[in-house]
Amino acid sequence: MSNYSEESILNYLGPYKGDTSTILRSLQLIQELLGYVPDSALDLVAKNSGVSRAEVYGVFTFYSDFRSTPPAKAVVKVCVAEACQASGNAELISGLHDHGYDIHNGSVKDDIQMEQTFCLGNCALGPSVMVNGAPMGRATCDKVLAAAKAASV
Amino acid sequence: MTKVFIPRDSAALSVGADEVAAKIIKIAAKQGLDVTVVRTGSRGMLFLEPLMEVETAAGRIGYANVTPEMVEDLLAAGALSGASHASTIGQVESHEYFARQNRITFARVGIIDPISITDYEAHGGLAGLRNALAKTPESIVEEVTESGLRGRGGAGFPAGIKWKTVLLATSDQKYICCNADEGDSGTFADRMLMEGDPFTLIEGMIIAGIAVGATKGLIYVRSEYPHAISIFNEAIAVANSSGLLGSSVLGSAHEFNLEVRVGAGSYVCGEETAMLESLEGKRGMVRAKPPIPALVGLFGKPTVINNVMTLAAVPMILAQGAAAYQSLGHERSRGTQVFQLAGNIKQGGIVELAFGTTLGELVDGFGGGTLSGRPVKTVQIGGPLGAYLGKSDWNVPMAYESLAEVGGMLGHGGIVVFDDTVNMAKQARFAMEFCAEESCGKCTPCRIGSTRGVEVIDRIVAGEEQSKNLELLSDLCDVMADGSLCAMGGLTPLPVRSALKLFPADFGISVGVK
Repeated sequence: MSNYSEESILNYLGPYKGDTSTILRSLQLIQELLGYVPDSALDLVAKNSGVSRAEVYGVFTFYSDFRSTPPAKAVVKVCVAEACQASGNAELISGLHDHGYDIHNGSVKDDIQMEQTFCLGNCALGPSVMVNGAPMGRATCDKVLAAAKAASV
Repeated sequence: MTKVFIPRDSAALSVGADEVAAKIIKIAAKQGLDVTVVRTGSRGMLFLEPLMEVETAAGRIGYANVTPEMVEDLLAAGALSGASHASTIGQVESHEYFARQNRITFARVGIIDPISITDYEAHGGLAGLRNALAKTPESIVEEVTESGLRGRGGAGFPAGIKWKTVLLATSDQKYICCNADEGDSGTFADRMLMEGDPFTLIEGMIIAGIAVGATKGLIYVRSEYPHAISIFNEAIAVANSSGLLGSSVLGSAHEFNLEVRVGAGSYVCGEETAMLESLEGKRGMVRAKPPIPALVGLFGKPTVINNVMTLAAVPMILAQGAAAYQSLGHERSRGTQVFQLAGNIKQGGIVELAFGTTLGELVDGFGGGTLSGRPVKTVQIGGPLGAYLGKSDWNVPMAYESLAEVGGMLGHGGIVVFDDTVNMAKQARFAMEFCAEESCGKCTPCRIGSTRGVEVIDRIVAGEEQSKNLELLSDLCDVMADGSLCAMGGLTPLPVRSALKLFPADFGISVGVK
């Protein structure tokens, strides 16, 4: 937790204190602040929400959004669901693979992380990608690499 | 002053709408043109995005697939007065894709500024809520029941019956939970409504609250929809400050508060009981039913859970009466369905029509066939858990029962088109793989069956003891369909079996499969 102290995190989680229904939101808040959820933060959430660490860990590991390490500067989410399969995402995925990015394993290179996702809701303009939250339709390997590079600086 | 409309819908953004808007503003400032750029939702003709519209005496004139590089040329050609240009599509509302639709739920999407409540009211908004405020809860529920509205999330359960169950339940607290966890591939109607006309959904939720006696509403939106989340939050803030939400809805004795909750990347949380668990902050594990959420729902309280499209249909029903909505549709599927054309399709987007149109009309008539120009091989309707259908189903009326008769499922109305290069054994394998990836793990048929399913399909494709393994796959599909707690494991056999039945050759099988 480089930039945040335990105290400041507990301060942010303040409104959720003693409320056992806030585990998920607490973890989301921490990830919003830090970009990931450090292991020590699981204890803070447990303490603040009034549940066991095991309970928090269970929630943390259930949802694929959560990271246990800091994200790369550019995070690229590539849709692998049916509509994007139909619009030819295989070419995009293998192109990215040729550039050293295995999206199925969330590989990182040059401060760019590429990961797979199931549906971004842009199914008429596939292949669909998101680069640091910005949607890209009709994605090609060149377009994705250019946008990722720009976002990683 | 000339008004220029550019969508802020995320599909439009994905092909450069923000850059186009910025360029127009920049050039207008440079040339001293009196232009206001209004950011709207998208009309749903996604193949035309970015679609720029200009307000003229002859209505809104559209310019399609605009790029920032084109803007200078467009303005020089007189686009601000609706002049002709290579990219013009003429009057947007006369465009054949749009004019042939019956826009009810999507009546305002693409037209109004999504967070302007003045715009919303000027286009018929709040009429339904005003009528509801003059009615008893019982008669609101009656109206919704008579309209024939069924749940648009996939199950098609009559909304009025669900509401009545919650209305009759006694409790100190009841909830309205809107399921906006639109995880099915090929669906984007919920997102587009939230981004293009959020007040319609807010109004629908308030009416639901008044009808059943709930003062609190929650909307569960998936994290993959950051733009929908932020626009919806903007709309809630406007609704709070203008007295639409809060302790006195439009000055009445009714209280209603609304909150957005964001998902965290789990498909199964679109299943209603898993969504409740997630809303309670826990792992999204499916609950066994009964008890039904209408009686024991969020935090154990009576809860209405409806999809975005279900709740968004309610304001119109209350504004124009149950009969107007009921008069549309096919057999027991009443009203309109917001179809979503996706995948390998030339003209993808939103097509809202009364139930009963055909698959062929949607895919060929509206969609114009595949984008690749190759023949259509199959379509998957209803998301990853929906069946694959073929050309032989082209004339089936698009409605809950008639689709079920041919082994299909309407689901959330998404239609994913594939051309003839698709390998259906791969698609069947993917269905099992996806189930394995997203299963909550609570029940064995789904958790383990899906992994075994991938293996069995692999063996069939490799030609290992095909007839034995086909029998095993069939048996496995039976177990998953009959023994799973929810639709995740229960419906995964649907795409698998339909792919196998329609295209056995793709699995390396020469004889027909029963």
